[in-house]
Amino acid sequence: MKMSGARIVLECLKREGVDVVFGLPGGAVLPIYDALYDFQGLRHILVRQEAAAGHAAEGYARTTGKVGVCLVTSGPAATNLVTALQDAYMDSIPIVAFTGQVPTHLIGNDAFQEADNVGITRSCTKHNFLVKDGKDLGPIIREAFHIASTGRPGPVHVDLPKDILVKEWELVWPEKIQLRSYNPTYDGHPGQIKRAAKLLVRARKPVLYVGGGVISSNASAELYELAELTQIPVTQTLMGLGAFPMEHPLSLDMLGMHGSYYANMAVHHSDVLVAVGARFDDRVTGRVDAFAPHAEIVHIDIDPSSISKNIQVHVPIVGDCRRVLQALIEAVRDELPADGPPEAREARKQWLAEIAEWKARHPLRYEWDDELIKPQYVMQEISNLTRGEAMVVTGVGQHQMWAAQYYKFKHPRRWCTSGGLGTMGYGLPTAMGVAAAHPDRLVVNVDGDGSFVMNSQELATCHDNNLAVKTIIINNGGHGMVRQWQGIIYKGRFCAIDFGPSPDFVKLAEAYGCVGIRATKPSEVVPALEKAFSTPGPVVVDVLVDKWEYVFPMVPAGGANTDMILENPTAVVREKAAKSQTGF
Amino acid sequence: MQNGSGPRKHTIAVLVENKFGVLSRVAGLFSARGYNIESLSVGETLDPSVSRMTIVVTGDEFVIEQVTKQLHKLIDVIKVSDLTDDDHVERELMLIRVNAEPQHREEILRTADIFRAKVVDVTPVSFTLEATGDEPKLEALVELLRPMGIQELVRTGKVAIARGPKTRARKAEAPKRARVSEDPKVIGFAD
Repeated sequence: MKMSGARIVLECLKREGVDVVFGLPGGAVLPIYDALYDFQGLRHILVRQEAAAGHAAEGYARTTGKVGVCLVTSGPAATNLVTALQDAYMDSIPIVAFTGQVPTHLIGNDAFQEADNVGITRSCTKHNFLVKDGKDLGPIIREAFHIASTGRPGPVHVDLPKDILVKEWELVWPEKIQLRSYNPTYDGHPGQIKRAAKLLVRARKPVLYVGGGVISSNASAELYELAELTQIPVTQTLMGLGAFPMEHPLSLDMLGMHGSYYANMAVHHSDVLVAVGARFDDRVTGRVDAFAPHAEIVHIDIDPSSISKNIQVHVPIVGDCRRVLQALIEAVRDELPADGPPEAREARKQWLAEIAEWKARHPLRYEWDDELIKPQYVMQEISNLTRGEAMVVTGVGQHQMWAAQYYKFKHPRRWCTSGGLGTMGYGLPTAMGVAAAHPDRLVVNVDGDGSFVMNSQELATCHDNNLAVKTIIINNGGHGMVRQWQGIIYKGRFCAIDFGPSPDFVKLAEAYGCVGIRATKPSEVVPALEKAFSTPGPVVVDVLVDKWEYVFPMVPAGGANTDMILENPTAVVREKAAKSQTGF
Repeated sequence: MQNGSGPRKHTIAVLVENKFGVLSRVAGLFSARGYNIESLSVGETLDPSVSRMTIVVTGDEFVIEQVTKQLHKLIDVIKVSDLTDDDHVERELMLIRVNAEPQHREEILRTADIFRAKVVDVTPVSFTLEATGDEPKLEALVELLRPMGIQELVRTGKVAIARGPKTRARKAEAPKRARVSEDPKVIGFAD
């Protein structure tokens, strides 16, 4: 049966199991919206800016494990989407983005709302397609979902010229996708796994360093089993948070630039470092020649190009984290005598004792204040009140780091943050996608006053679609992370960071039909959060915090992880902080 | 990243899907990752759905490892092989138009003859030569012609192919490798 290209697109989405599409209509995709008019089984959520559609798809994908889908028109819509695509690319989030395109005969003519969409998205997607023939629609969409969700996941972009959508075609639906040029490796090399197992069993000071790949491959249970079996402490990257329960005695919390003292010390002193689904990002390693200098490094990753990219590894294992960990657990059991080698067990006890000492010496800490709200306190209370069970999304900046440090995650797929690209404005639209996928869960968007306004228009989307995102703005009256760097590294020469009192976030929330709440002193924090979490629908809580609070520990960019700054070193900042009477 | 050996030129053969946009994916990868392409040539293979690129790139072993891995990561790339340390033949074609003043005409023809270059165009004031060879040979020809005054020069960039197996035994082993396609016309192996 013939049907319009637009209808074919929708049929294909349904066959791929898509239930929600985040989108914004416009000229070139009008045929799809016309087909959507009486199409059953697809929920469309109308966003207010196209990047938000992309981020919402990311939130949906990260928390469900399915492919997120967004649909926008040509030209400016496609260019707006670019940030979300690059964000998903850097964080390996599977989304399929559809853009409209001018009719094929006009491509290259500088037509109205034309942009070279596939040219622009080529370097920020895992793969992209321009559909030039309606017969290819089915196969291309099928390939797009296949490529996005397999191997190292990532965004795939499909550009749809208007005439292809209007004309009628036979729906071609290949049952099986076989690409001769794309065959990811899922099973690790048995020889390498055996080598890794031998290293693990003999290690005296091992550390597991786990990242977003553990989340993508649903390997948390295997990770837990391996850590318990071998009694190896676990540190998580920003993208990996939730892969391992943070209240577990073996948890070292996050490592890296704003990681815990004990995580960075443990990695530095380790003799075997096992990286699982992590990519040795510069925010994790600090100065590479000083990173884990004594360690034999095992690296498990599905992307061969991640291996030995930044750090040379000794035992590379290319494969799906879950399958490799399963095989590694078996191999470790084979290597391990009934109770483990006694000398290794003794060494392990000493190692864990050493780590416990680091934990006791420099836990994550901040100074309490009776008048000024400390942002870390807000995060602690959010963690307490939600018992570590909420879906947490963040913007980018200081609040993001505090959320990562103080929220005690218990489960995977409950944390969305822009790790690689550091996209300010990521919080609200992503939380929206999470809320659309999980209407029964509490979705908390921890945001900054700088970050939030970059996509605050999406409060309208939240309101109209009853997406009950609870936004907690850690309001420090400016770009806090920049303030911190200017304070510490640029000798207190503060420039272009302070905001005036605009906007009034409570009124802004109310203008969008949402509930707005403000907290100005510590005693108001818990009541405000409780009210936010118990009020139905989207809520914004404006928490005025101490603007001179910095994120510590901090490894200065380009420094070694052992050069952590644990407290504010800058006299000028301390002085200003002492003088400040309010949060502003 | 620690450097094992110093940078040197590598010749990399890449089999790709013969689809629009593939060249720009490959070229884009090099610019995005900060690698320098010395030359790139591309053409169809026996199978019209597959193109073969020969890329010359300079880098130490870690850069080259990343280049080959990143190339392989492109969805449209079927196979990547670094020919540098394997036995292979490299050739490049050059067209060169040189001033041909009466006092130089004999010498240019003699030089062309020595280098097995063909004269493909003659005018009263110029010769255009076609020369093929490896890089040192073409460089030498250019240096010899430079004093006459080179008007214009164009080179194709290198193409390279692995030499055939030296013994029958090795030849017999070859078909055991897993091919990328059942189609005997498709060149390339999955391993």
